[in-house]
Amino acid sequence: MTVKELIDSGLFGVINEGENPDCEVTKVYACDLLSFAMSKAVSGSAWFTVMGNMNTIAVAVLTECSCIILCEGAALDETGLQKAQQQGVTVLKTALPIFEAALLLHEKLK
Amino acid sequence: MTDVIKLTYKVDGEDFTRAGEASSDLKGKLKKMNVPPDAIRKVAIAMYEGEINMVIHAHGGEITVEISKDCITMVLADRGPGIKNVELAMQAGYSTAPDNIRTLGFGAGMGLPNMKKYTDEMKIDTELGVGTTVTMRVNIA
Repeated sequence: MTVKELIDSGLFGVINEGENPDCEVTKVYACDLLSFAMSKAVSGSAWFTVMGNMNTIAVAVLTECSCIILCEGAALDETGLQKAQQQGVTVLKTALPIFEAALLLHEKLK
Repeated sequence: MTDVIKLTYKVDGEDFTRAGEASSDLKGKLKKMNVPPDAIRKVAIAMYEGEINMVIHAHGGEITVEISKDCITMVLADRGPGIKNVELAMQAGYSTAPDNIRTLGFGAGMGLPNMKKYTDEMKIDTELGVGTTVTMRVNIA
């Protein structure tokens, strides 16, 4: 599944569409602590978290995550949004808890 | 790539809006130089953790990077408070980050352990009240 296909599936709302629609979503990763994500999120991961700030965007760029999904209705703050727009990072949103949201995508990727 | 390429980055203290910029820039440059992705990932992780440490604990500092055909060496120097107990700081899960930093998703106590894990060699020179210099090397396989 590509990022564009994930967006089009309507599973999650869109905060920032990003600039890599053809990027392949390879894996589901869930964690809120940035050092863990830095070390464990692999390239292509869809990263589920409640951390909506610029540092989340920085880590997603460095680890080459395909997209970020903010769960539990967590918002992306203003500087985070600016950074996501500058860096072309796809940021999606859902009111679901992290586990349920991640499971939804996991089932789709099977 | 026969010559040694040297880069210098200034890290602004307590400016989280720019934290990670040096790592991102270096990552981009290494990609253009066709450095193997594995080595790039290690360098990006180690450097980002180091950069964040400099912002959180040391009011910023300077990073110098040397890229040769065999390895990438990063020297992160700050004039912060120094590390009281390096052995303790190296333990996974040990953190002195303040609460406001934790709410940003940092302070897991994984910074220095990640830096060690993802580099082939790491050395910490620290003196209380003077500063800390962390030297890390990632080999290019």
